[in-house]
Amino acid sequence: MPSILAVIEPGPPPVLPAGAIDPLLVTLLLVLPIAGFALTALIGRRLYARGWIIAVPAIVVTWLIGMFIVYQALFAGAYGPGLRFTLYEWIPAGDFRVSFNLLVDSLTAVLLIVVTTVGMLVHVYSIGYMAHDPGRWRFFAYLNLFMFSMLLLVLADNFLLLFAAWELVGLSSYLLIGFWYRRRTAALAAKKAFLVNRVGDFGFALGIMAVWTTVGTLNFAEVFEFFGPGGGVAGLEHWMVVGIALLLFTGAVGKSAQFPLHVWLPDAMEGPTPVSALIHAATMVNAGVYFVARANPIFAQAPEAMVVIAAVGIFTAILAASIAFTQRDIKRVLAYSTLSQLGYMFAALGVGAFTAAIFHLMTHGFFKGLLFLGSGSVIHAVHEEQDMNRMGALWRRIPITHWTMLVGAIAIAGIPPLAGFWSKDEILAESFLFGFYWVWAIGVVVAVMTGFYMFRLMGKTFYGKSNVDPHVEPKIHESPRSMTVPLILLAIPSALLGLAIGLPPADGVLHHWLEPVFHTATADILGREHHQFQLLGIDGVLLLIGAAAGATGVAAGIWLFGLFHRGQRTEHVESLTERLRPLYRASYAKWYFDELNDLIFVRFGGLVARAIWWFDVRVVDGAVNGIASFTQGAGRGIRTIQTGRVQNYALGIALGLLVIAVMYLFVVAR
Amino acid sequence: MSHSLEAYLILSALLFSIGTFGFLARRNAIAMLMSIELMLNAVNLAVIAFGAFTPQLQGHAALIALLVMAVAAAEATVGLAIVIAIYRNRRTALVDEFSSMRE
Repeated sequence: MPSILAVIEPGPPPVLPAGAIDPLLVTLLLVLPIAGFALTALIGRRLYARGWIIAVPAIVVTWLIGMFIVYQALFAGAYGPGLRFTLYEWIPAGDFRVSFNLLVDSLTAVLLIVVTTVGMLVHVYSIGYMAHDPGRWRFFAYLNLFMFSMLLLVLADNFLLLFAAWELVGLSSYLLIGFWYRRRTAALAAKKAFLVNRVGDFGFALGIMAVWTTVGTLNFAEVFEFFGPGGGVAGLEHWMVVGIALLLFTGAVGKSAQFPLHVWLPDAMEGPTPVSALIHAATMVNAGVYFVARANPIFAQAPEAMVVIAAVGIFTAILAASIAFTQRDIKRVLAYSTLSQLGYMFAALGVGAFTAAIFHLMTHGFFKGLLFLGSGSVIHAVHEEQDMNRMGALWRRIPITHWTMLVGAIAIAGIPPLAGFWSKDEILAESFLFGFYWVWAIGVVVAVMTGFYMFRLMGKTFYGKSNVDPHVEPKIHESPRSMTVPLILLAIPSALLGLAIGLPPADGVLHHWLEPVFHTATADILGREHHQFQLLGIDGVLLLIGAAAGATGVAAGIWLFGLFHRGQRTEHVESLTERLRPLYRASYAKWYFDELNDLIFVRFGGLVARAIWWFDVRVVDGAVNGIASFTQGAGRGIRTIQTGRVQNYALGIALGLLVIAVMYLFVVAR
Repeated sequence: MSHSLEAYLILSALLFSIGTFGFLARRNAIAMLMSIELMLNAVNLAVIAFGAFTPQLQGHAALIALLVMAVAAAEATVGLAIVIAIYRNRRTALVDEFSSMRE
């Protein structure tokens, strides 16, 4: 065993026998992508068309190792409550000691499944998608950097390391959104994503500092023990616990693009489509959900914060779904759909259904990754056209893309037995069972809306009559195999994952995997008892309502926008939009959030900044410069008496003497 | 020999004033040095006079006067040396011409 692995963290003793290979493999999960990044960045330019030759194999091997670790953690149970080890002491500064320590438990393993699988498939897909881009080596280098950052994020075992990874994924996201940096919109979108994320990260950093000052350590195990039952949390004021939870949640709001920091994600679609699939749908935007789930004891101790999380989540869900109704850019519809689904996950976290949130994170990672990659394939087929009004009737022309995307659409719409149905239903059912009826009610509405906008997207893209540019029309072609194979491979979990790990609802394999992670929060703090699923009771009813909601939305979507040979009912769509003109316009303009932000932060904020700037220049700088120029002026005035003539000086001495003598006579001698 | 301290002090003040005037008014560096000697001697005269009329100061006054003479001699030596050095460089001994110490 290499010496760097020799230090094992105190805490729960590892189940592993000494010399086990697993810590080395976990380390390799990080080393391979970062090495791929470094190599591709250094020599990538010389690889020309084969810019992927280092990056993609590195991630494929990472995936293989990742699958082995997942097997060890979930199926073989080799790690017990979790494999913890320290690579080295990162920051040894007096009392403030932070190690580079990693953790693999069942939650990490579940995340590893999504991150490595979607990551690997997106890498393979990118070989075809980026084949003609001269900057492809840069693309693959960034993609590897992202994989490193994301894996570090899920493996980190303390807050600071997680925060570093948090910022690293933000950086990779920034670099990839602005990948086509010559395009002004892309550069602006990258900047926007970065700045909006800063807002969230500011709160996150404050939250971490608050954890440090109250708990005195940043290691997950000790912090969560502190917040657990019988921990030191009893000695804290309740508002402090709520404050810490809300500050940490701010970070999650930024990274997972929840209201009111949701504005960056749709603009992030300026990046290449594989990036949208990997970073802005399947992995990075889930970091917030992962973090809240990971820090579940903290949040469980702060019920007020939980309500805020649920409210923000479900509000984002319905807000984003309403915007997705009217967008014309295929990727933007998917982006708003992502926001909406992330909203579901936060709603689940807020009601205390942590497992349901992670379940939805998983299924969403697969079907949204699939949908984004499919949209990339569509965009590729119609020659970089993203406007759905200029698509249509593509289903026979690009069959593999169509069928896989149809699977994804059914999955996200929540039609049984595909994956999305089970995870979404679990969120809705648990919201209801835990007494959050408002979350459940809005959630059902959102489920209807989801089905509708997804089949609007399908109808406008694939069915009815073709609106494709006549010059492009004859050249429509199915994408190369490197792109279609990942689509097919993603369609499989999108269809079957729910059946495989989610059944029976609230008692599936996933629940047994994650039970140890969430046990403290749900059972010990929130006092939730294990609920036996009753098909012929309340659960069956909720299941039916969920399925009916999805089906209603899908039916409405199909009725208006068609399926296969049936085309769009143009006159109905038009009369409907005409009747709801103001709503339509507001939805198309994204409820004017960009304009609102522009008004508040850019214009009003600009005024405030200018006022402060004036104060700084005139008053602060004025005082400093004033003292300097006064001194200088005084010196300039006085130096004229320095004539260099010895007799002038002597006269001065004589006069001074005279003055002293006179003063002596009149003052002292009297 | 007068028996009045005031007479000596008045003479001393007169000599000191003449010296001061000479130092401030004369433009020739040699003459200025001579004026300094005059001022020093005026001071010496005052010191000796005080010594003669104040019994407690007798021995000390002579000592101070001797010290002042020694300093005067040293000062004259250095001053003359400087004046000669400047004269060799600038071919003049008029102090108005030397203003290189200006700001």
